[in-house]
Amino acid sequence: MSKIKSVIEKYKNAKRDFLIPMLQEIQEAQGYVSKEAVKEIARALKISSAKVYGVATFYNQFRFEPLGKYHIMVCRGTACHVKGSSQSLNIACEVLKIKPGQTTKDGLFSLETVACMGACSLAPVISINGEFYGEMTAEKLKKLISEIREKEKKNEGK
Amino acid sequence: MKVYVNGKEVEAKAGETILSVLKSQSVDVPTLCHMEGKIPSGACRICVVEIEGQANLVPSCSYPITEGMRIKTNSPRVINARKTIIELLLSSHPDDCLYCDKQDSCELLFLARKYGVNEKRFVKTVRNLKPDFSSPSIIRDPNKCILCGKCVRVCEEVQGIGCIDFIRRGFRSQVGCAFDSSINVTSCVNCGQCVNICPTGALMENNNIMMVKKAIESGKYVVAQHAPAVSVSLGEEFGFPAGKDVDGLMVSALKEMGFKAVFDTSFAADLTIMEEASELVERIKSGKKDMPMFTSCCPGWVKYVETFCQDFIPNLSTCKSPHQMLGSIIKSYYAKKNKIDPKDIVVVSIMPCTAKKFEIRRENMEDVDYSLTTRELARMISVYGVDFKNLKPQKADIPFGERSGAGKIFGSSGGVCEAALRTAYWLVTGKDLKKLDFESVRGMEGVKKTEVDINGIKIKVGVVSGLGNIKNILESPDFKNEFDFIEVMACPGGCINGGGQPFVKNKKTLAERMKALYEIDKSENIRTSHSNSAVKFLYEDFLGKPLGEKSHHLLHTSYLKRSVADK
Ligand code: SF4
Ligand code: SF4
Ligand code: SF4
Ligand code: FES
Repeated sequence: MSKIKSVIEKYKNAKRDFLIPMLQEIQEAQGYVSKEAVKEIARALKISSAKVYGVATFYNQFRFEPLGKYHIMVCRGTACHVKGSSQSLNIACEVLKIKPGQTTKDGLFSLETVACMGACSLAPVISINGEFYGEMTAEKLKKLISEIREKEKKNEGK
Repeated sequence: MKVYVNGKEVEAKAGETILSVLKSQSVDVPTLCHMEGKIPSGACRICVVEIEGQANLVPSCSYPITEGMRIKTNSPRVINARKTIIELLLSSHPDDCLYCDKQDSCELLFLARKYGVNEKRFVKTVRNLKPDFSSPSIIRDPNKCILCGKCVRVCEEVQGIGCIDFIRRGFRSQVGCAFDSSINVTSCVNCGQCVNICPTGALMENNNIMMVKKAIESGKYVVAQHAPAVSVSLGEEFGFPAGKDVDGLMVSALKEMGFKAVFDTSFAADLTIMEEASELVERIKSGKKDMPMFTSCCPGWVKYVETFCQDFIPNLSTCKSPHQMLGSIIKSYYAKKNKIDPKDIVVVSIMPCTAKKFEIRRENMEDVDYSLTTRELARMISVYGVDFKNLKPQKADIPFGERSGAGKIFGSSGGVCEAALRTAYWLVTGKDLKKLDFESVRGMEGVKKTEVDINGIKIKVGVVSGLGNIKNILESPDFKNEFDFIEVMACPGGCINGGGQPFVKNKKTLAERMKALYEIDKSENIRTSHSNSAVKFLYEDFLGKPLGEKSHHLLHTSYLKRSVADK
């Protein structure tokens, strides 16, 4: 909450042109753009929440759910695409039962696509919490996810 | 300056758009996104015309006219381009016309017919978006939306609400609410202005005809009441000119369809005035607490206060709106008099309004069971196969059929205020005003003002319609000193332009409806609410006095602070 406040404070008296930088800073600070933040920005800029949400959803860069404990990014750059990254994405969606931009109900995983991670030599590549996993296949990805789940289950038991 | 339209020389003024020149010449140009008096958005391009010497067709709604311009509005190029635009719109539109409530007034369908679209040239890509049935007032089907943007603009620019906007982009672009929430949990006030302006079936009222039909068939004691603004607009749906008062035909039609009794909500408007004028006088006498006092008969406005400016909740009159009052009296007084179990009574109100559908479901209100719009009534009349034009006119039933001219003008912005002043004056002085008419609060302007002197007390009155206008007033620092009493109607011009009225096809329609109400008032012998003998009798026989114990119970209500998803 205070993170939102400080961004709003910084853009005090700002006009509508600052909507996007405000959204970006909120996302930077919170990891996502919360409903509270949308409403606060709307109030500050004297526009409707629907307008803020409308602008935010126009751009793919904003997410509206908090990041999961494990944030999976799937590269959709050309090199990865050619080597079948869409398959990794489909598998991730299927196994996690979420779409890009969403977070699983248990808060464990979130999913996102990126234009290019700059790791084309590893194509197709994904990253989990910033760590790269190259030459991804459907099998490998399924295994990665289930390993994380196992690990978390064990931790929970402790 | 001189310009040429299809070869004919015509006069034009600098600064005009091509469209306004063409309209002044009565040249037909289709528009979908154009809004009279608003900055053009140029979203749809259906209004394209050809200008000699220019390579591309231009949208006439946003293109300025220049000296000597030669415009062609019906060249093969123009007609082909328009046809293609329609075909493209249809390529992502469901082929639902047969099942669509909008079919007899859909602009997209009319254009497709007019331009002879009779095959599918483009690949069909229907979007499969989720319709929103959550609101008691309006239904949104984004699949039928052509993204003209008019609903978004009317909601934001005219009503000052902004609960809907464009979200996402490209093929996934649609009109929606913040956080993709359903509209019933947002700040939407249910005014239906978006429904009135939508060219397609993407926005429609929540239709309750079948429920009412079922209630009638169930053998229950189903009674109807009709609002002041309905009788001067319903006729349009049956080919009468706007403003034609079809009161008698409407009553007959309702009887024909099986309503046991038909009452006039204008009677209850008179009752409202007795209560509301008394309340105003009392507030003024008791040292001006919670002033200015606001009217409370428009449920769109009431929800607005409850959502956007909760500090002013105490300023709202506690009077229920007329149809709620009447429902309440029917289920108490009338039921007892006629020895009917109130549980067997079903009250149906015919309203110019979509917000009334929300109001009847308000917390602790059980006065009215169903509310139908003017449009729904017209449709219901045709479902029942009633030959409307050839009915024998009938009068509304007693004891709630009598009304004054003051009750009838409730349907126009300014009417409630005028009616209240007539009676407030009488309450304080015991005499009637020498001149009953308050011309300065009549007409379509969004903000009107007047003043009356009652026994040396000056009452400063404001009349506001279109919620965007009241927003500006409430934000001005000393509006509290400027007014003692403010009438607010959500819809621009008042209920004659309500979200449930027949779709307006002609600029003059609204003025005609409004004029008709004032003409009825003028021709009436009884022009003040306090001289309505049926109202007087109701007080003698049952209620006692205005603001009395029974009134408090049956005719007044309370408000709440609403929290909504987008505020
Ligand atoms: S009903 Fe009124 S408030 Fe609600 S979306 Fe439509 S225009 Fe806006
Ligand atoms: S819902 Fe209707 S008015 Fe709104 S953008 Fe779509 S077609 Fe236009
Ligand atoms: S102005 Fe009349 S029609 Fe419009 S929302 Fe209010 S009560 Fe309904
Ligand atoms: S009416 Fe001119 S662009 Fe839509």
